[in-house]
Amino acid sequence: MTHLDRLEAESLHIMREVASECENPVMLYSVGKDSAVMLHLAMKAFYPSRPPFPLMHVDTTWKFKEMIAFRDRKAAEMGMDLLVHINEDGVRDGVGPFTHGSAMHTDIMKTAALKQALDKYKFDAAFGGARRDEEKSRAKERVFSFRSAEHRWDPKKQRPEPWNLYNTRIHKGESIRVFPLSNWTELDIWQYIRREQIEIVPLYFAAERPVVTWNGVDIMVDDDRMPDELTKTAVMKSVRFRTLGCYPLTGAVESTASTLEEIIQEMLLTTTSERQGRVIDADQAASMEKKKQEGYF
Amino acid sequence: MRLTDDLIASDIGAYLQKHEHKSLLRFITCGSVDDGKSTLIGRLLYDSKMIFEDQLASLEADSKRVGTQGENIDFALLVDGLAAEREQGITIDVAYRFFATDKRKFIVADTPGHEQYTRNMATGASTADVAILMIDARKGILTQTRRHSFITTLLGIRRLVLAVNKMDLVDYSEQVFNDIVEDFYDFADELATDLEIQPIPMSALAGINITENSRETDWYDGPSLMDYLETVPIGDKRLNAPFRMPVQWVNRPNLDFRGFSGQIAAGTVKPGDRIKTLPSGRQSTITRIVTATGDLDEAVAGQSITLTLADEVDSSRGDVIVSADSPAEVSDQFQVRVLWMSDTPLLPGRRYLLKIGAKTVTATINAPKYGIDINTLNDMPAKTLELNQIGVTTLSLDQAIAFDPYDENREMGGFILIDRQTNDTVGLGMIDFALRRASNIHWQAIDIDRATLAEQKGQKPAVLWFTGLSGSGKSTIANALQKRLFALGKHTFILDGDNVRHGLNRDLGFTDVDRVENVRRVSNVARLMSDAGLITLVSFISPFRDERQMARNLMADGEFVEIHVDTPLNVAEQRDVKGLYKKARAGEIKNFTGIDSPYEPPLDPELRINTVGQSPEDAAETILDYLKEKGFLAH
Repeated sequence: MTHLDRLEAESLHIMREVASECENPVMLYSVGKDSAVMLHLAMKAFYPSRPPFPLMHVDTTWKFKEMIAFRDRKAAEMGMDLLVHINEDGVRDGVGPFTHGSAMHTDIMKTAALKQALDKYKFDAAFGGARRDEEKSRAKERVFSFRSAEHRWDPKKQRPEPWNLYNTRIHKGESIRVFPLSNWTELDIWQYIRREQIEIVPLYFAAERPVVTWNGVDIMVDDDRMPDELTKTAVMKSVRFRTLGCYPLTGAVESTASTLEEIIQEMLLTTTSERQGRVIDADQAASMEKKKQEGYF
Repeated sequence: MRLTDDLIASDIGAYLQKHEHKSLLRFITCGSVDDGKSTLIGRLLYDSKMIFEDQLASLEADSKRVGTQGENIDFALLVDGLAAEREQGITIDVAYRFFATDKRKFIVADTPGHEQYTRNMATGASTADVAILMIDARKGILTQTRRHSFITTLLGIRRLVLAVNKMDLVDYSEQVFNDIVEDFYDFADELATDLEIQPIPMSALAGINITENSRETDWYDGPSLMDYLETVPIGDKRLNAPFRMPVQWVNRPNLDFRGFSGQIAAGTVKPGDRIKTLPSGRQSTITRIVTATGDLDEAVAGQSITLTLADEVDSSRGDVIVSADSPAEVSDQFQVRVLWMSDTPLLPGRRYLLKIGAKTVTATINAPKYGIDINTLNDMPAKTLELNQIGVTTLSLDQAIAFDPYDENREMGGFILIDRQTNDTVGLGMIDFALRRASNIHWQAIDIDRATLAEQKGQKPAVLWFTGLSGSGKSTIANALQKRLFALGKHTFILDGDNVRHGLNRDLGFTDVDRVENVRRVSNVARLMSDAGLITLVSFISPFRDERQMARNLMADGEFVEIHVDTPLNVAEQRDVKGLYKKARAGEIKNFTGIDSPYEPPLDPELRINTVGQSPEDAAETILDYLKEKGFLAH
């Protein structure tokens, strides 16, 4: 078996364990490339049955329009139930990155919204697309990561995972975040997308797009909620995105890579890591670990 | 490794084609902070270009701020993950790292080396093909080297790299290297007979013999570390073993399709193969190997697939589909090696959950036969197992399972133990062999059965289990009740905690382990008495819910009556009939229930007796009424 075959087989095994042992699982679908791979693997794991769980998207209301269109079409094509959760309190208070800053926006519309959704539907297990190669604190996270009833992560209370044996038992109110892509790297993801011809959001490919510079990062003008004085500065550039999130918080990179091969080529020759385009990492080294303890995925 | 840049730039298609077909090697690095383990991993990542410019920039900044290498890059900082660990300067947990070369992708389990992290190392070793043992050339083979070798080989790794590091600090001396290697071979004979050992002199800091052979050690003609890792055979002996697949999930999209999904644990499978499902032993034939991209002609160990069978076999999750010609063994009693992973020690006699493959069963673990000193490899006496201790013991399950010995197949012989109350994973274990006792000792059939014995006495057997704090009034009430039953012509016997401790359980103390064993023995005696037709009154503090449940499970249906003598602690302490509370408070008695040892009150007892404002005689009358109502006395 090649390394991709082994990674795929391991992910299928993990998904089937969750389907067998957890009562009410859900797959968190963020519409990005990792989610696309995760959904593809789920379709394989249970074939010819459909995956025995719904998809859920925590919508901050600031995602790229193309992401939302892609999400709705993909779920319908796959025949998957799709739950969309929005933090209505945040919407009522008009929370957004331009007015409240990235930290508060992410906290309210993403972290708090996720907790709300998990509480509302009483999910006991949620698949996420995180990988151990993303940053240092992920490298030590388990495949099955436990959360208290308050959704907190305690790195000291992780369960050992010898062989492929996962202990999925939890007390009432507790939940598990499950990461079937734990052992995949960014390159593995791209190679697999290419091998399996998995469709991804076009924003990953370079195209002429209107961009402005905000907080030192090039971001795309995706709707008219961007303050006018910023929008006025927009210029057309050939750009693409290495990760996808809220459009004001997602840095564009100048690129002409318009095929998968060109994207992979660019990635292999590039000299900055994937997360650099994400604004939330910029503050301090241990920020991700802190966020996770507080319930960020 | 650098050469690939050209190919990436010139022909990305060719590059990707090549890289889709890489193999995957998993290895573990064992050593302490001082041995240069993190430095080695940091360098492997750096040399295989897994570090980006922004990471390098923050690494350079960190190196100057907190590094130990002066103005040079401190590679160790790359891989020290959690904030707590960075502050303490140690690696606490298992971290997984990834890098790739032109030939292979690698997954590294990076584990700490101190004795208190044995469980982390065992977890990392459980999936590894190769172990790299870090040795400081200045110090040679240390106790910790022996420990690391033992743990990795215990978990089944047979390929070891003896990484003699810091050769730059001993002037690249061939003599120093040879002495260390010889020392290690002497000791390795005790570990396993089929070990393959590759010693490599190196300096992780200076990059000596890491990616290519270095001039500094021109006397060494073996491979560099990277050469070795790229070419060592990934000896998957599971491929040639007989077919095994634990059923993970029964795949039923509609009434016309019934498939069994799982990951193949050993061997190969083709349509037409004869198989058995275990433990039932039903035979059938494979009809299809179903995957989302079409049916397969053959599938091999490691693949996740779905099988369909020719016959309607009622198989469910946890069963194992095996080759009909060479099936796995089935048993419910085993000798095993266990590594304890919890702060709370093993309680022999208590029931734990055991998960093996896709099956979870209930296991009772017996007292260890012996423990293993992981530093000397010597046997040592052990009554229990504490955190990070390894022991050999036997266990019995509530149902039979299919298995292979661990040394033949990790997936078919490795298990975890789960605490039923806390849900924590408390141990990992490896099956050595099945004990034939279950099938060898046949139950002696007796012509006069228990019903006849009870009928002769004109009563229905019962075990009246009085539980409560010391001084709660259990024995007094049991005594009063026995008098009343005797007057009614019933045949009874009292098993009293204090009395039994003078004889049968004289060897037991008051630790948690001994309390569990105490209750186990008494429940079995009570069971024999109820088989003899008696109404047995058990007067035992029996503080743990789990052991009372065990006693309940042992009895025939409906014969166990749990009576909670519910006297509050302050009342019992005030009475202090035996003067024990006073001594316990003064610290003269250790492990006294209610004082420094817990009491877990029953959640749903058949009867709860309040002794405040009720005489023992009235309490006995209440119990008598209950027994009459439930038909125990009606004959």
